[in-house]
Amino acid sequence: MAKLTVSDLKKIKEEYHAEKVLREGGLRVRITVHMGTCGIAAGARGIMSTVMAEIAKAGADDVSVTTSGCAGLCSNEPMATVETPGQPPVKYISLTDDKMKAIFAEHVLKGKPVAEYALVTGHENETT
Amino acid sequence: METTYRSNIMICAGTGCVSNGSLKISEAFEAELTKHNLQDEIKVVLTGCNGFCAKGPVIVVYPDDIFYQQVKPEDVPNLVEEHFVKGRPVEKFLYKPPMKKDAIPTMSEIPFFKHQVLRVLRNRSRIDPAKIEDYIARDGYAAAAKALTELSPEQIVNEIKRAGLRGRGGAGFSTGLKWEITAQVPGDVKYIICNVKFMDRNIIEADPHSVIEGMLIGAKAINAHYGYVYVRDDYPLAVRRLRLAIDQAKEQGLLGKDILGSGFEFDIEVYQGSGTFVCGEETALMESIEGKRGMPRVKPPFPAVKGLWQKPTVLNNAETFANVPLIIQKGADWYSSLGTEKSKGTKVFSLSGAVNNSGLVEVPMGIPLRTIVYDIGGGVKNNRKLKAVQLGGSAGGCVPASLLDTPVDFESITKTGAVVAAGGIEVIDETSCMPAMAKFFIEFMEDESCGKCIPCRVGSETLRSILTRITNGEGREGDIDLLVKLSEQIKDTSLCGFGQTSVNPVLTSIKYFRDEYEAHIKEHKCPARVCTPLIEFKVNEEKCKKCGLCFKGCPVGAIVWEKGKVAYIDQDKCTKCKSCIKNCRFWAID
Repeated sequence: MAKLTVSDLKKIKEEYHAEKVLREGGLRVRITVHMGTCGIAAGARGIMSTVMAEIAKAGADDVSVTTSGCAGLCSNEPMATVETPGQPPVKYISLTDDKMKAIFAEHVLKGKPVAEYALVTGHENETT
Repeated sequence: METTYRSNIMICAGTGCVSNGSLKISEAFEAELTKHNLQDEIKVVLTGCNGFCAKGPVIVVYPDDIFYQQVKPEDVPNLVEEHFVKGRPVEKFLYKPPMKKDAIPTMSEIPFFKHQVLRVLRNRSRIDPAKIEDYIARDGYAAAAKALTELSPEQIVNEIKRAGLRGRGGAGFSTGLKWEITAQVPGDVKYIICNVKFMDRNIIEADPHSVIEGMLIGAKAINAHYGYVYVRDDYPLAVRRLRLAIDQAKEQGLLGKDILGSGFEFDIEVYQGSGTFVCGEETALMESIEGKRGMPRVKPPFPAVKGLWQKPTVLNNAETFANVPLIIQKGADWYSSLGTEKSKGTKVFSLSGAVNNSGLVEVPMGIPLRTIVYDIGGGVKNNRKLKAVQLGGSAGGCVPASLLDTPVDFESITKTGAVVAAGGIEVIDETSCMPAMAKFFIEFMEDESCGKCIPCRVGSETLRSILTRITNGEGREGDIDLLVKLSEQIKDTSLCGFGQTSVNPVLTSIKYFRDEYEAHIKEHKCPARVCTPLIEFKVNEEKCKKCGLCFKGCPVGAIVWEKGKVAYIDQDKCTKCKSCIKNCRFWAID
């Protein structure tokens, strides 16, 4: 292997930036793919793969992806929620790969929610 | 470009967690993730010691920062299904503070971690110690690049001096000054050596490159081109990770000739010692590397002038070296902003003994001992009373509970008679007997004494024999003063630091717990009920609560007890196994 130079060190640091952000915070957007039994049956797995592929394609290392269980609206699965700090979360329903790609391009990358695919914005009411 | 993962599972692979089966857990995770076809989304990473060894094997999940404890391989399918498929942290494996109902899911909120300040351990649970790229991603080797290409040796020495870094391995000598002296000694061949002490092994296991980088910067400062890391043979994991790290550094040109294009040459060799305690003493360690029997030399000449192979040598321990890159990268002012007037930065401790949260902790210098024991350590096990804290291992001393607000820095702790540097904090509760403990440490000293000088060789034997008769109930009037006098003499006349400090446990335990010694000698009683010859094995009728716990626990049926009646021990049947003492909650067995 060729010897490292000072600029190589910086390059390696940049290459591994995504992993560093993942472990240390600094994530800008969070996408939650609902993966209850209903979600998985409706194709949430594919939605997840699309999200992961889009992130890799865009090199968007400040996007976190997580899963959650059934959101209670099984007939509208697959569903995903996109959250940006300081803004109410947006729930998207009846997703397809293309819809997810559009949401990724518009909402996740540009910060503009895609109204036509959205069910609702805001948190669910929590009773205590 | 690395594959993008949505989550990292950081499994602790420090020595403690590995022996608790963490490698099996890692295999189970790999298998289970593949089963769910998640292997390209979720990455399993083996890290160095996470620190919370008491709860091992421990796992941290990023980006959620979820902390799982005491996971077994058979739990993994459930964990993957719940957390990684359905996105629900599994409560069963979350940390629950003692006596509390609610679990604390995130690592940063757990008191054990919350009160720590990570500098030396900056990369723990965050990198794979087997991957140099992980280290570089967290600014690794940036300080070395700066030191090699931008700074002169004098500038490096000045920065380290200005930072106030003091050796974490022994007496707390100024690291910058040590480097300066060695740099100024004329000579073409100089050496730099890293010693790996007990808690240093965890630093090497978790982040070997931080030590290598520190040595590289030190080498430039004193103009050394060859270094040794002296590791005991019985730290196999540390040896393995270190060798791997050195190989990677060589492969990437971070060790060898013309490092980072600077023209500077430096190489490191790992030397495996056989685990002799005295080889922690710098000159004995050098003798050992030279292939001779590990015995200390007479000083002066000091190693800075005539060290390894009679050449000028700097020796620091791994923790000291791991501090160096931070100082070069962030500056002396940043470094010295933390700590007390004369003790800067942080200190790593191995916290153990009668404490709820044992493990590896890093705290700012000046933190009160109380915070370490109660906030980080979670208090004394089994709700017992704290008696003392042994600081500095067998060469250290005890600090009694009454001095628990002592700030942890070199000067304050030295004033109590204990030692900061070795980095051991052992919590001692009311069930420990101080003379018996002093005897334990002196027996260790007797075993480990190299025998070169008489005060240490014969002195340890004599101390042990006096302590043995005290703990056997045969102590004589004047024994305490004899112990003090002899210890002082050993301290003053031993050849090396080992002999000089080995009497600390005796001196401090007499200083703070003289009454316990007196009880052994004058009253023939062991207040902690540890020394068997001094226990009568009689039930104290006033203290007995008639609960019958002693009766239930006696393996030989020597206890007579009926509900509502005071227990009675049949002396003919009693084997003095002390199980009644362990079971009694009321100190009712005399």
